[in-house]
Amino acid sequence: MIFWEIFSYAAWALAALLLGWMLLDLIKVSKDYSEEFLLSAREGADELLQQDHAQGGKK
Amino acid sequence: MTAQDTTAQGGGGGERLYLLKVLGPVHVWALGVGIVLVGEYMGWNFSVGKGGALGSLIACWIIGLLYTCVAMIDSEVTSTVAAAGGQYAQAKHIIGPLMAFNVGLYLVMAYTMLEAADALVVGDLLVQVAAETGYAALDPKPFVVLTIAILAWLNYRGVFMTLTVNFVITAIAFIAIILLFLGLNPWNPSESLFHKQLLTDLPYGWIGVVAALQFGMWYYLGIEGTCQAAEEVRSAGRSIPLGTMSGMMTLLIAASLTWFLASGLLPWEYLGQSGVPLYDTSRMTDSNGLQVLLFIGTLFAAVASANGCINDAARAWFSMGRDRYMPIWFGAVHPKYRTPFRSIVFLIPIAVSFAFTGLLDQVITFSILSGLLGYTFMSFNVVKFRNKWPLGTIKRGYVHPFHPIPAILLLTLCSATYFATFLGYGTSLISIMIFYIVASVWFAMHRYRFVYRGDQFTMPWPRPIGH
Repeated sequence: MIFWEIFSYAAWALAALLLGWMLLDLIKVSKDYSEEFLLSAREGADELLQQDHAQGGKK
Repeated sequence: MTAQDTTAQGGGGGERLYLLKVLGPVHVWALGVGIVLVGEYMGWNFSVGKGGALGSLIACWIIGLLYTCVAMIDSEVTSTVAAAGGQYAQAKHIIGPLMAFNVGLYLVMAYTMLEAADALVVGDLLVQVAAETGYAALDPKPFVVLTIAILAWLNYRGVFMTLTVNFVITAIAFIAIILLFLGLNPWNPSESLFHKQLLTDLPYGWIGVVAALQFGMWYYLGIEGTCQAAEEVRSAGRSIPLGTMSGMMTLLIAASLTWFLASGLLPWEYLGQSGVPLYDTSRMTDSNGLQVLLFIGTLFAAVASANGCINDAARAWFSMGRDRYMPIWFGAVHPKYRTPFRSIVFLIPIAVSFAFTGLLDQVITFSILSGLLGYTFMSFNVVKFRNKWPLGTIKRGYVHPFHPIPAILLLTLCSATYFATFLGYGTSLISIMIFYIVASVWFAMHRYRFVYRGDQFTMPWPRPIGH
């Protein structure tokens, strides 16, 4: 059936478009920003982490 | 949100990137339940094939107990270790690098393989629709790739939209189960359900019930994925326990309803091998509306699961990259979308490769066993966590009750499930164990020297008891 064949080609085309966009963006970002900046993330801080180090548990 | 809101000044004055903290308990619920709910639509029913309908119900509740322990333990530890990577970050802080490497690998493998299986389900559903409209030769491959590509793109562009979409489609899939229940006159079940006629004794005795435990995991497999959002929730101490525990309650309701409906309309011999048991249940109602709704529910559940899996696998891989357990290149954050973009893109071809093997059974077995190894680790992890940092020494967003009973129960139930897996998939179990042993040797001999040992411990906790 012609509909399903067109649907299949459209699926390939859209998938290629999305994957291509991500790949190009990845390359562009890697070129536009320094590695030091892109890799600067540290594990998240939360209000739980703002602890009083003086509390119990210290030896 | 402006760039200024989402970056922070590093200690040396330089600008620093962080994952966006934009999620709330609803997103945590959507992540956990979204990954799992596909298991109510398919997969759980193979437990009926092993132990009969009543055996499956026993497995549903025993494994429900296993996952309740997982949810309680995870909620406590993650409310304290607010880091992407979930159980990987927990293992790193509480046990040590080799355990952390293995747990990280379990997570990436479990989620990537589950994602591949979900995408295969979407492809197979479209093949069925095409066949029913007279086109029997539809190739599922383009739709498998498209599903992965759309969801990866969504994940690439930002976590808030990704998990908001997951909330909507997961809620629709859950409501579809509720509507099926309401459509079958639950106030007078003997009128439309036939449990009296269909329920039999245990067809293979109690050993069948033990064998059913492995597939009983389908009812809840993946709820522990909520932990991966820990670094992106506004308040990990509140949101993770709330989202995880409400998600677990949702799943216990969905699992019990699913069993009740399917076992009341389908004989166990058929139910035990059905590909889409909930949809088949809706077909027994003669209601076109319910059939369409359950078809949409099946599709949405598979998509939500794949979406959550991409999110979680990428966070685990990103965390391992950030700590140099894997090449640090993967530890990058996108400066605009604040997502682990390189990890998301890297895992796409891996998921597609798993999906293209077409070996749904093996892919799923590997995924389940990787999950089971992770749960086993949790029981040791929480005991060590409580011993090193007893209550009162560090702040916890949630404290799980009756410690150490949940840990002991979890280890016992994991052992029973290993035995169940050995009965049905002994070769797969041994192969997977060998895979992780070889990977551990590689890490210890070749990779660990790249890890910056001091940098990986980020929690401002006091010195642990006994150190």
